[in-house]
Amino acid sequence: MLRRTRRQLPAGAAAQPTLYGLVAQFDDPDKLIQAAAQARSAGYTKLDAFSPIPLHGLEEALGLRRTRLPWLIFAGGLAGAAGIFALATWVNLVAYPINIGGRPLFSWPAFIPITFEGMVLLASFAAVFGMILLNGLPMPYHPVFNTPNFERATTDLFFLAVESSDPQFDLTKTRQFLESLGAQQVSSVNN
Amino acid sequence: MQSQRVRPTVVETTDALLGPKQTYRTVTETISDIVLTPLRRTPWGWRIGFVVAGLGLLVYLYSLAVLFTVGVGIWGINIPVAWGFDIINFVWWIGIGHAGTLISAILLLFRQDWRTSINRAAEAMTIFAVVCAGIYPLIHTGRPWLDYWLLPYPGTLGMWPQFRSPLEWDVFAVSTYATVSILFWFVGLIPDIAVLRDRARHPLVKMFYGALSLGWRGSAKHWQRYEVASLILAGLSTPLVLSVHSIISFDFAISQLPGWHVTVFPPYFVAGAVYCGFAMVICLLIPIRRWYGLHNLITLKHFDLMGKVMLASGLIVAYGYFCEIFYAWYSASLFEYQLILTRTIGPYAWSYWALILLNVAIPQLLWFKRLRTNLPLLFFVSVCINIGMWFERWVIVVLSLHRDFLPSSWGFYTPTVWDWATYIGSFGLFFFLFFLFIRLLPMIAIFEVRDLVHKTHEETAHGHVGETGRAELA
Repeated sequence: MLRRTRRQLPAGAAAQPTLYGLVAQFDDPDKLIQAAAQARSAGYTKLDAFSPIPLHGLEEALGLRRTRLPWLIFAGGLAGAAGIFALATWVNLVAYPINIGGRPLFSWPAFIPITFEGMVLLASFAAVFGMILLNGLPMPYHPVFNTPNFERATTDLFFLAVESSDPQFDLTKTRQFLESLGAQQVSSVNN
Repeated sequence: MQSQRVRPTVVETTDALLGPKQTYRTVTETISDIVLTPLRRTPWGWRIGFVVAGLGLLVYLYSLAVLFTVGVGIWGINIPVAWGFDIINFVWWIGIGHAGTLISAILLLFRQDWRTSINRAAEAMTIFAVVCAGIYPLIHTGRPWLDYWLLPYPGTLGMWPQFRSPLEWDVFAVSTYATVSILFWFVGLIPDIAVLRDRARHPLVKMFYGALSLGWRGSAKHWQRYEVASLILAGLSTPLVLSVHSIISFDFAISQLPGWHVTVFPPYFVAGAVYCGFAMVICLLIPIRRWYGLHNLITLKHFDLMGKVMLASGLIVAYGYFCEIFYAWYSASLFEYQLILTRTIGPYAWSYWALILLNVAIPQLLWFKRLRTNLPLLFFVSVCINIGMWFERWVIVVLSLHRDFLPSSWGFYTPTVWDWATYIGSFGLFFFLFFLFIRLLPMIAIFEVRDLVHKTHEETAHGHVGETGRAELA
């Protein structure tokens, strides 16, 4: 399934596969972080790194911006809390008022437990689905899966990709550059 | 790619979280091979367990079928004891679930590295325990086909749930807890399912895990958002798990019955949940570790630390029992005083003393490290705690209900064969799901253990004690 070699090409385009980029293979997390930092200081911008574990330092090396996910989660939590509190208030005051021993209809302290649960529920939805969708998942096919040995990117190998859309990309020069960073192997990968 | 199944050499260690000579590759293979080996090479323990659990599930389904056709009259409940096994087991099961969230969320926030080898199995236990728990109040309603009335929805009946009732808070707490636990569990599984996709050989197996992995490729950008999402989910789950058992304790504490109407209930319930849940984690992990030869990943140090958590939470629970006696005296309330007499010398006194023996006396063995790392003994103590915590809920539910303020309304409660069949059957459901889980999904978080390998290597390389070392001191 993941080995599908090419996507549906637009009419007129030759059956020639297009180049995704060059992917360098490393056997050590530190080498990957170092290589990413050097590639970035060499002026490459369309970079991505792949590792079997989350690597601290890799984000800085690649110059990734902080994710906006926390704001999304905050908004989710706020919406959940406000929504449930508003629902409980509306139900007790308007839709279904029940007099229980003369206690006030708007007995807001009793609404707090469900308000809290609503906050947690929607914030968690925002966290999980926000993470998945911002990551562009689910995406069953991605050209980087065509890289040799890439099935070990989830076990013990580390990869650095320079995409062909990078303004500095040059098949020979970039390959030489990646090899100079201590890559075990540099492969050109098609879309 | 997939190598022969390696039986790791057994090296028992009490001072490390990983066995010797573990690499990214060995941990990945050890854990994922359990799932990817063909069915005929599944350990016998699993096969026998799965069949027994399946039979238990049949008992459950049969007793539910009888319940739905005849009604709750088949149970021993009546007025005054209208809450019997169903509510006892509901609280018991959901308490078991809480240890999973504690391990996966609270220990993550405290950066305790010892959670990595046990969190996945504990989270699975949480979900299956919540499934078993959640069914009880639903079938207890008497007309379970109308259970959707518990949810707030605009309908032609024009009826809304009562948001001022703790029973309605329960609906929100338990359903939120179940949903968030499943989400948290799935998020943790995504990178590990990608491992299975990459290591599976059979195209159908590859496709199955490929679809579940959502196309995870370990990109740095993805890991960044992934870590943020995990951390915030842990931060959300931590107060959630405390709120769930607090709200369950409100079911009792908001009422005015002697023995229920007390402010100590929320912390006492949460501690009891953690106590019982850790006991269940130990009961599950000791045999699994043996069947699958996971001695290098789940070491004696893990059991030692879990034993300490049980001891600490057990002491809080014991303090709760002491408090109940103290404020019965201090409140000068005749009804509270009478309740303590009922508990200690009444017709159900045997259950109160069984509770004290199983929950307070026997667990004192956990003070000693030699005994905490003696697995057969630890298993025995954990089983005792599980039974003891069941008795705790029995004492709370039945003993308070059967004698309230007016002697003329006193009654008695005896569970029927259907109470027992539903209870034993719920074990069938729980273990059936759990055995399926250990066959189909990695029961140890592979990428987190790889991360632990990474940290351990860094420490050795730089010759200083880092995060792992600090965690081990704690």
